[in-house]
Amino acid sequence: MKHIFLFLIMLFSGSVIMAQPDIYPAPENKGVIALTNATIHVGNGTVIENGTIIINGSKIEKVGSDIQAPSNAKVYDVKGKQVYPGLISPISIIGLKDVGGAVPGTNDFSELGDINPSIRSIVAYNTDNHVINVLRTNGILLANVIPQNDGGGRMLIPGTSTVVQLDAWNWEDAAYKMDGQMHLNMPSLSQRGGGRFFFAQAQASQGNAAANGLKRVEEAKDFFRQAKAYLEKHSNTQTNLKFEATKGLFDKSQSLFVHCDNVKEMLLAIDFKKEFGFNVVIVGGADSWQIGSLLKENGIPVILNQMHALPETTDDDVDQPFKTPAMLQKAGVLFAIGDVDGTTRGRNLMYNAGTAAAYGLTKEEAISALTLNPAKIFRIDDRTGTIEAGKDANIVVSEGDILNMEESIVELAFIQGRKINLENKQSQLSERYQHKFNIKLKEPAKY
Amino acid sequence: MRRKSKLFLSLILFFSFPVSFVYSQATSTVNGVADERETIFAFTNATIVKDAENTINNGTLLIQKNKIIGVGNNIPIPNNAVVMDCAGKFLYPSFIDLYSNYGVPTPQRATSGGFNPFQQSQLTTANMGAYSWNQAIKPEVNASALFTVVDKDAEVWRSSGFGTVLTHQRDGIARGSGTVVTLAHGPANFVMLKPIASAHYSFSKGTSTQSYPSSLMGMIALLRQTYLDADWYKSLPADKPGEGTNLSLQAWNDLQGLPQIFEANDNWNDLRASRIADEFGKKYIIKGGGNEYQRIKEIAGIRSTFILPLTFPASPSVSDPIDARNVTLATLKNWEMAPGNMAAFEKENIPFCITADGLRDGKTFFANLKKAIDAGLTEKTALAALTSTPAQTIGIYDMVGSLETGKLANFIITNKPIFDEGTTILQNWIQGTNYDLHPESWKITAGTFQLVLTDNNGKKTNYNLHVKSASAADVIGTDTLAAKFTNNGSLVQISFSPVKQKAGPGRNANATPAPNIILSGKSTGKVWEGAGVDTSGNHLLWVATLTQESPVKSAPSRTRKEQITSEVNYPFGAYGWTTKPEQKDVLFKNATVWTSEKAGVLKNTDVLVKNGKIAAIGKNLNSAGATVIDATGMHLTPGIIDEHSHIAVQSINEGGQSVTSEVRIGDNLNPEDINIYRQLSGGVTTSQILHGSANAIGGQSQLIKLRWGVNDTDLKFAGADPFIKFALGENVKRTTSQNNNRFPNTRMGVEEVLMDAFTRARDYENQWKAWNSRPKGSTMLPVRRDLELDALVEILNSKRFITSHSYVQSEIIAAMRVAEKFGFRYNTFTHILEGYKVADKLKKHGANASTFSDWWNYKMEVVDAIPQNAAIMTSMGLNTAINSDDAEMARRLNQEAAKSIKYGLSEEEALKMVTINPATMLHVQDKVGSIKVGKDADLVLWNHNPLTIYAVAQKTMVDGIIYFDRERDLQLREQMKAEKNRLIQKANSAGRGSGAPGMQAGGFTPPFSYLGVGDDYIDQYMQP
Repeated sequence: MKHIFLFLIMLFSGSVIMAQPDIYPAPENKGVIALTNATIHVGNGTVIENGTIIINGSKIEKVGSDIQAPSNAKVYDVKGKQVYPGLISPISIIGLKDVGGAVPGTNDFSELGDINPSIRSIVAYNTDNHVINVLRTNGILLANVIPQNDGGGRMLIPGTSTVVQLDAWNWEDAAYKMDGQMHLNMPSLSQRGGGRFFFAQAQASQGNAAANGLKRVEEAKDFFRQAKAYLEKHSNTQTNLKFEATKGLFDKSQSLFVHCDNVKEMLLAIDFKKEFGFNVVIVGGADSWQIGSLLKENGIPVILNQMHALPETTDDDVDQPFKTPAMLQKAGVLFAIGDVDGTTRGRNLMYNAGTAAAYGLTKEEAISALTLNPAKIFRIDDRTGTIEAGKDANIVVSEGDILNMEESIVELAFIQGRKINLENKQSQLSERYQHKFNIKLKEPAKY
Repeated sequence: MRRKSKLFLSLILFFSFPVSFVYSQATSTVNGVADERETIFAFTNATIVKDAENTINNGTLLIQKNKIIGVGNNIPIPNNAVVMDCAGKFLYPSFIDLYSNYGVPTPQRATSGGFNPFQQSQLTTANMGAYSWNQAIKPEVNASALFTVVDKDAEVWRSSGFGTVLTHQRDGIARGSGTVVTLAHGPANFVMLKPIASAHYSFSKGTSTQSYPSSLMGMIALLRQTYLDADWYKSLPADKPGEGTNLSLQAWNDLQGLPQIFEANDNWNDLRASRIADEFGKKYIIKGGGNEYQRIKEIAGIRSTFILPLTFPASPSVSDPIDARNVTLATLKNWEMAPGNMAAFEKENIPFCITADGLRDGKTFFANLKKAIDAGLTEKTALAALTSTPAQTIGIYDMVGSLETGKLANFIITNKPIFDEGTTILQNWIQGTNYDLHPESWKITAGTFQLVLTDNNGKKTNYNLHVKSASAADVIGTDTLAAKFTNNGSLVQISFSPVKQKAGPGRNANATPAPNIILSGKSTGKVWEGAGVDTSGNHLLWVATLTQESPVKSAPSRTRKEQITSEVNYPFGAYGWTTKPEQKDVLFKNATVWTSEKAGVLKNTDVLVKNGKIAAIGKNLNSAGATVIDATGMHLTPGIIDEHSHIAVQSINEGGQSVTSEVRIGDNLNPEDINIYRQLSGGVTTSQILHGSANAIGGQSQLIKLRWGVNDTDLKFAGADPFIKFALGENVKRTTSQNNNRFPNTRMGVEEVLMDAFTRARDYENQWKAWNSRPKGSTMLPVRRDLELDALVEILNSKRFITSHSYVQSEIIAAMRVAEKFGFRYNTFTHILEGYKVADKLKKHGANASTFSDWWNYKMEVVDAIPQNAAIMTSMGLNTAINSDDAEMARRLNQEAAKSIKYGLSEEEALKMVTINPATMLHVQDKVGSIKVGKDADLVLWNHNPLTIYAVAQKTMVDGIIYFDRERDLQLREQMKAEKNRLIQKANSAGRGSGAPGMQAGGFTPPFSYLGVGDDYIDQYMQP
């Protein structure tokens, strides 16, 4: 019986996984492309009016306001349009989770085991997942694919994440920076109320929660201490894959992404930098506004999961999550804005930054929080994050202000110089029923 | 080990049995020699507090057997009386507690309650007897039949001065009858004063394992239905056709003449219970929760007698400033203010009794009672609340509750006025039996004694013994020597060193203490004597003779302690109003006005608000005394209307059955939900609060206006058409459950649930028609009124309207066809993410569509959701709205609507999707949804174009009252910070747990918050 059930699930999910078979990844760009008359939001805070971008192959060759397009260039006149670096979704499970609830066959984001540093998200990344095309239609061209539910995980160390570019035939082609981040879920130190659980879970006393949490933090530290000893000793007779997997953390080629929101938990996260010298990044950081200067002092960047969130407590300022980015900006903390949302599937990344702009960030700071800042955090800012010569041509052209709903219409996008197809299953379904009913909706300008 | 302690305990019980009970059962046999006593006891020279109003000084109380036979001044004392001199003592009626489970064990529940989408349902009762269909309805439970005397429990009550309790079994929604018993240790036959004294109810399923009801609103519906069923059952002929024997309904009817006691435990639940009572012509005695002071006017309005607990919240744990962040202002305020609850009742003249329920011991009882008195409760009312009021409330004042001839000899004797500091209850007499609590304190001699020690050789040594109290004395020889001293009124121990101990510097701390003389003996009368040992261990004898008596040193008299400094605000806690906001006439000057009407967007236009309505729209309007708000550069829109919301409720889903049209969201509104305020800050003014989507036919909806600070009734949108929530698809067929046993399990079954429900409703309606037009002398059986079918009949007659959760095209078409078969229409399909596939059919059916802007792919039935949905449906001529289903997203509903502009809608069309369009689908388009003269002044002033991401609401007005103002909000933050800081400092100096031992920290928790699952909002939380 159980087998039949499993079989049905597999059969069922097989049909789901089929992507839009007629939307092809773009071929390599071998020529020269020029975007002219552009308003260029460089990503570093500056704006170039009436500028030109020359793309040669996969790279940006030139950017400026007084550049002529070479005669062999394919020219796109983007007069009146807004041009941005490709947006980066810093925390995502695209490719690992297709349909959300109750269809486990389409989910590959949560592995068994508490300490799994050798687990790699990239090997399960499915380039034919439905969500991918929708995200890039919104200007999101890169994403960090994490090995656990984006809403948070229970495992102590769920594994490593990889930054992918969103136009590929398979995961090997998609990988942009392989295994760059190790993830750690900071154990909770408090029984915070307000969680929407179905039943009031046995309310362990505050003291117990703290003690249990600290015990688990110690477990994580013990693991790294032993890993360190293992890595320093060159004559291990038994190979330990888990220890081996931490090499990058110790040689700093990898960062430790610590998922936590509460102040005490963030303080403990900083401790991993102090004890092990890891590149620590805080993910979540709902209360990070309270300790901005401390984070800056310790050089700890923050990835904010979502701006469109309710305040953490009843008494908090009603607009607290909205204004958190402005507070971090003021404190000088390097931060990126994410869009962890199970029901919209992360498509509203740019509006999260837009809300931050409505509550104190400048528009260009908000753009940086989606481009250059995450690029720095992922240490790929030598390749992407801004529209500057020498970097990959990861570029988005929007009808208007990409942060503002009604004009946030992506008309043209390039990943590594390749002009990508901006169709997706949703636009095709829309087209199908416009056809049925003989109506015509507005469509993005075509190039 | 366990055995041993048990044995020990039983020995103690055996020996602690007081004097034998004063009479025995006539029907019982005597083992030994009969010992019937008719002794008269005379308590003389006492201050007798007959009741809270009347005190006799220097009076006499006469009792014989179990009764009072005389009370007053100058009463002749019979010759055969045993006289107890009570000079300096105080007599009070012993206390009465109406909320007790003494001697009636409470069954324990194995699993937690609530609706669990992952668990199998238990759809029928597990009780195989001839009882109610629902396991939580147990009026047949008879506490008098369950009651046993349990002396070790009674002792705890007696030590606090209680003599009588009303006890019942605390299990279920209808809990059966309560019984009045005394706390005497005698045969239960005499202890039981009134076997069937009361009927008990609650909002708690207790041990019922049945799925229904799983929500607060379900419990209310079940109680309402049971009242109807019981009436119907009574009207049936003796053989009860159609129902058979139903012992529960029989018992329910039998108990209706008694006092009806409802355990509500919270101010809002008090009001909910009273509404049930009002509907069925009842009056409950309400067991409150201690937070009634927060809504005392409403509580006064229900005109009930209350039973109030003394369980005050412990001082919150706020010593750690990081953790203190999670302690809310409401918790802190309640900690400070809860002791004032009874004072608030007294001020409003609301009758109440006091219960010791929830307290650990007598010490806590008096400590907390004194806190209540410090907070303003008068001692007189406190005493009445413990004696006459409870007795009168349940009709036992002829037996107990005051000291009067003919009543039971239930009284306590204290050494000082009962509520004074350091008062000891010396004796507690129940039914004429003395429970001697503190014999040592009855007569403590204090004063100077001449103490003479005689050693073996006859050598005498003299000291003066200066006795100060039962535990303090000095021995004075050449020096004053501090002594260890204990005197229990009959035996005394004295220990002192004949050499004065040096204190302070110079004394060697490590030196062996000087040896003591240790004495022991009797301490009755004026000459005490006994034996002992000297400092070398030699035996000696001693005599102490009183030379001068002096009063016992007493504790300093009580002064009323610090006054409460917090004040009640509305809602209680964060962002509440200290003074209720007023409706004012307002002129918005020079705004860009988005009318959501044909007039479109009007630049540089004024809008005048008068008496809560929009009075004029135009240029250069005269303010006519109205407050002018300069709106230059700003945008004025109608208030946002959220067609699909789950805020401001205690429970959302009654998932216990597939058809629950009897439940009403309006029964369990929570007007204190902070999300009301948060959504006002996003411009929302009206929300349709829907039942969840756990079942095919959910509960009745409630349209509310976001009037922050009002009570639950005033939150309702008056005069709106009634709606109901239906659902289709995965949630209904319980896709997340691995082992669903609740019909339906497929979309095939969902359609059939609808067919079946409406078929039953039609038949039911016909039965009523036949009943109402039956000829005289008809033998037709009375029709049972069914709240579930009543609601469905309203739908059949287009008097109630459906909002149906829906996703895929197949189920949408099927649902419409069912409705058409029965001659009605679906009013609204909500969510309807595949609406774009069947837009033409929806149009033809006449349905409205309310959808998400861009939710998708969070479960199988939404894989075809597209963000173009709203635009396609609008293009097809459907009245389309954008809804939230999410407390957060509702704050940005204007921007959610703006997403459709990408696909071709105009800004005005987009705004209409969250203003006039939902108003139309909710049938309130004549009152709200647009800026039009005569409509309610529900307005939002924005700093930017409201369709942009940069728009932030500055002021949100409902009925002409500005409920959210960004400037005021900034001030409130500062005020809250200061108030919270004051309370935290105070709590920290009070120390952990100093508030009330015996009470859980954190204070009151609403019992039903989030027990149910929300709508599709929950899906993201249901991931493995």
